[in-house]
Amino acid sequence: MGNEFVQFSLTPMLIGILAAVACALPGNFLILRRQALIGDAISHVVLPGIVVAFLVTGTVAAIPMLLGAAGAALVAVVLIEAIKRLGRIEPGAAMGVTFTTLFAAGVLILEQTDTSSVHLDVEHALMGNLESLIWFRAKGWGSLFDPVALAALPDELGRIAVVCALVVVLTIVFWRWLKISTFDEGFAQALGLPVTAIGLGLVATAAVAAVAAFDAVGSIIVIAMFICPPAAARLVTNRLEHQVMWSVVFAVLSAVLGYVFAGYGPLWFGSQNAVSAAGMIAAVSGVILGLACLFGPHRSRVGVGREEVL
Amino acid sequence: MTRPTETPITLAATEGRVTPRAAIPADAPLALRGLTVSYGEKPAVFSVDATFAPEAMTAIIGPNGAGKSTMLKAALGVIPRLSGEVAVFGQPIDVARDRIAYVPQRASVDWDFPTTVIDVVLMGLYRRVGLLGRLTGAHLSRARDCLDRVGMGDFAARQIGQLSGGQQQRVFLARALAQDADLYLLDEPFAGVDAATERAIIDVLKALKAQKKAVVCVHHDLATVASYFDEVFLINVRRIAQGPVAETFTAENLHATYGGRLATTHLDQLDLAQG
Amino acid sequence: MGNFLSALLLQAGYNAALVATGSALLGFAAGASGTFLFLRKRALVSDAVAHATLPGVGLAFILMVALGGDGRSLLGLLAGSAVTAALGLLLVEWIARRTRLSEDAAIGAVLSVFFGVGIVLLTVIQTMSAGRQAGLESFLLGSTAGMLFQDAVVIAVGGTLAVLATYLLRRPMTLVAFDPEYAAASGYDVRRIDLAMMGLVMAVTVIGLKLVGLILIVAMLIVPPVTARFWTERAGRVVWIAGALGGVAGYLGAAISASAPALPTGPIIVLVAAGLFLLSLVLAPARGVAAALLRHRRFQRRVHRRQGLLALARSEPILERYTLRVLRAEGLVRPDGVATEAGRAQAAKVARDECRWDIARQVHQDAGLTGRYDGLTPIEEVFTADEIDAFDSRLGGPRPVGGLA
Repeated sequence: MGNEFVQFSLTPMLIGILAAVACALPGNFLILRRQALIGDAISHVVLPGIVVAFLVTGTVAAIPMLLGAAGAALVAVVLIEAIKRLGRIEPGAAMGVTFTTLFAAGVLILEQTDTSSVHLDVEHALMGNLESLIWFRAKGWGSLFDPVALAALPDELGRIAVVCALVVVLTIVFWRWLKISTFDEGFAQALGLPVTAIGLGLVATAAVAAVAAFDAVGSIIVIAMFICPPAAARLVTNRLEHQVMWSVVFAVLSAVLGYVFAGYGPLWFGSQNAVSAAGMIAAVSGVILGLACLFGPHRSRVGVGREEVL
Repeated sequence: MTRPTETPITLAATEGRVTPRAAIPADAPLALRGLTVSYGEKPAVFSVDATFAPEAMTAIIGPNGAGKSTMLKAALGVIPRLSGEVAVFGQPIDVARDRIAYVPQRASVDWDFPTTVIDVVLMGLYRRVGLLGRLTGAHLSRARDCLDRVGMGDFAARQIGQLSGGQQQRVFLARALAQDADLYLLDEPFAGVDAATERAIIDVLKALKAQKKAVVCVHHDLATVASYFDEVFLINVRRIAQGPVAETFTAENLHATYGGRLATTHLDQLDLAQG
Repeated sequence: MGNFLSALLLQAGYNAALVATGSALLGFAAGASGTFLFLRKRALVSDAVAHATLPGVGLAFILMVALGGDGRSLLGLLAGSAVTAALGLLLVEWIARRTRLSEDAAIGAVLSVFFGVGIVLLTVIQTMSAGRQAGLESFLLGSTAGMLFQDAVVIAVGGTLAVLATYLLRRPMTLVAFDPEYAAASGYDVRRIDLAMMGLVMAVTVIGLKLVGLILIVAMLIVPPVTARFWTERAGRVVWIAGALGGVAGYLGAAISASAPALPTGPIIVLVAAGLFLLSLVLAPARGVAAALLRHRRFQRRVHRRQGLLALARSEPILERYTLRVLRAEGLVRPDGVATEAGRAQAAKVARDECRWDIARQVHQDAGLTGRYDGLTPIEEVFTADEIDAFDSRLGGPRPVGGLA
C-alpha cells in the first residue's frame, strides 16, 4: 500500500470511518427509543437546507451549507412536533408529511435557481462524493508528518473529525443519563433527570452528525449509518456498553470494506471505473445487519413484543 | 347445568403422551388439550387441558402473569401456540369460528381511530357480510339493538375516543353481541369499569346464559366469582383445577393457584366453597 | 395565468393534458391506497418500499441490456422495481416480526440499504456505456417530459386495479387497522392483510415511479390520507376523501407545472397536497385549529355562564364583569345582578348537575372521564341513563334555588 493509497484512499476512508462512527453512536439510542426514523426525516431535509443557504449566501462554501442544513433539521423537528400536536397525528405520519414537503420545496427552489455558474447537484446531496475527497498534496506516508501537506488535507476531514470527537465526548459524558432515560423514562423522570432535554439533545446530536456526514456520504446513506451498525450490534449482545462498542466496530468495518469494494471491487471484475462508495458502504452495513439477523446470538424476540402479538 | 355428555370425539394425534387425555365432548363449547404457549424458553401456559361447560358462565382466574389472557388468546389463534388442540363445540376451531365472539382487553385499541360507536358494532358483522356484501338496514337495526342492550343506544354516532372506559367496554360487548355467537369469550371485561357498567355487563352476560349460550371470562376479581359465575377454571401456567364454583372455588385450590400471594385475610372475605 | 387556465382545461398541449390526467389518476390511487397504512400507523413503510425500487430498476436495466435490448422499456423497469420493492417489503415485515428490532429500525434499514445498493447499480450503469443511463435517475424525482400515452395507460390501468383492490379489501383492512386482536380472533389472517396493505402501497409506488419519482411518491401516499383525517370521523370516508384530495393535488399540480417553465411536476404536486393539508389543519370544522380556537372561545363563555349560575344557586355575589355580561345577554339576571325567574330555574338545574358530577367523580376514578368534565357538558351527554340513575340514587331529590322574591 504505497503512496497512491495515501494520496487517493486514505482520506476518503478516514472520512468515511469518522462519518460512520459519528452517526452510529447516537443511532444506538435512537433505535432503542424507537426514534430511528428521525434520521430519515433529517436526511431528507438537508437538501432544502443547503438550497436555502445557497440562495442566501450565493456560494457553495461549506460553513453556510452546514448551517443551512442544521437550520433545516431544526425547522423540521419543530414542524413535526407542531403537526403532531395541532393535528393529533401519529409521529410517523407527521414525519412523512413534513420531510416530503420540505424536500419537494427544496427541489423546486433548486430547479428555479439552477442557472448560474455554481451548480448544486441533487444527486450529490443524496449520494455524496466520498471518492473525490482525496489528499492531493500527499506524496506518501511521510506526508503525515509534513505540515505543508497536512495543511492541504480536505476540509471535510477536519469537520467530520471535530464532529465525531464531539459525539464521542457527549456520549461518554451523558452516558448514564442516556442509559437510564432510554430504558425507563418514568424512572428517569422520578430521579429528576431532565428527560425532555435529554431527548432533544440526542436528536440535536444526531442532526449535527447527519449534517456533517452528508457532505461526504450524502444524506440518504446517513440513515444507513444511523441504523444498521447499531441494529446489528443490538442483535449480538444484551448489554448496552457492548452494543455501543459493537456498533462502532460494525460502522468502521462498513466504511472500510465499503470503500474498498467500491474502489477496488470493479477492478477485480475487470472494470476500470469505481462505483459509488457511499452506496457500497450502505450495502456492506446491510450485509452485516443481515448476517446479524440470521446468526446473531440475541436476535430473537424474548417476551411478547408488540409485533409478536399483532 | 349439566356435565358434558359422554359421546367422545377425539381430534388428531396426541404425540405419544403418556397419560391418555379425556375425550372431547361434542357439546363442550370450548375444549383445550395440551395447550402450551411459550415466549422463548419460558412457558407462559403449559400443557393445559380444559373442558368448558355448555350453557354456563365460567371464570378463568389466576394471579397476574399466570397465563389467563395468554391461554385465551392462544386458543383463539391471536397469538401462536407451541402445541395443543382447540375444539369448539366438538369441531376444530378454524371450522367453527363463526360460533365464537371475542371481547378483547380494551387496552389494545387506538381511541383516536376514525370510527364511531355504531361503526365498531357493525364490524362485528363483517365476517357475516363478507367482502362485497352490502350492509343493509337490517344489519344497521341489529347493530342498534345490540347497542341498546348494553345501554349505549344514544351514543351511536359518537367517535369512540369520546367515551369513558366503561362505555368503551360496553361497545366492545355490543360488537360481540352483533355476531350472534354461541360462545362468548371475554378478557377481563370488568377491569377498570365503574359499578354501573359492571352491572350492565353482567346483566347482558346472564341474559346470554339464559339464551343457552356459553360465556367464558378471564376474571380479575375474586370477590365476585361466586356471585357472577357457575364454573371456575384456576390456572397458574398449569391448570390447577376446574369445576363448578360450589365444589372448586375452595381455599385449598386458591392457595394452590396463588401460592403465597393470597393473604389469609383476603380469603376470609371471599365466598368460598367448603371442602 | 392564462397558461394555467388552459392547462386546467387540458388545452395546453398533448403532453400537458396527458401529464394532468395521469397525475390525477395517480393521486387518487395513492391517496386511497395509502390510507390504510396510515390508519395502521405504518405510514413510513411507504418510504422503505419506495427506496427499495431503485435496485430493481438498475437490475432490470442491466438485464435488458445484457439480453440485447435497449434497457429502457418502462414495463421492464417497473417489473424490476416491483420485484425488489416486494423483497424490501417482506424484509421489513420479517425483521420486525422475527428479530427484536422494532419496526422503525426495520424500515430505516431496508430503506437505506436498498437505496445504497441502487445507487451502486446506477454508478455501475454509468460506466457501462456513457449516456445510456440517462433516464434512470429520472426515477428519483420523476420526469414528465416526453410522457407517452402508454405511460398514462400504465398509470390508469394500474391505478384502477389498486383502487379496486382497496375497495374489495376495505373491511378486513379497516378491522385489522383498528383492532388486530379481534380480527385475528374472528379468523382473519392478520399477517396477510397487513401484507396486502403494504402490497397496495407498493403497487402504487411502482406505477408512480415514472411520473413523480420514488422520493416524492411517498408524499402522495401519506399527505392526502393525513389531510382527509381532518374531515371525517369514519374510516370508510377517509379512504375516498384521501383519494379525492390526491386526485385534485395531482391535477392542479400538473396544471400549475405546465403553466410556466422550471416548475417540475412532482414537487409541485406534493406542494399542492401540502397546501391542502395546511388548509385542512387550520380550517377543518371538527379537528382544525381554527375550530379549536372557536371552541375555546365558546368554552370560556360557557364556563362563565356556569360559574355565574352556580354562584346564583349558592346565593353568592357575582364579581366578574364578563360573567355578568354573559348572564345578562341570556336574560338570566337583571341589570343589577339579581337573578330572573329564568335565571333561578337554570341555576337550580346547574346546581343539581354539579352534585351529580361530584358523585360521578367519586364513582369514576377514571381520569380520562373526569378529565372531560369541563364543567359544562350536561351530564346526560356523557353518561348513560342507568349510570345517571345510579348517581341520583345517592343524591336525593332536586332542590329549588332561592333568590330575591
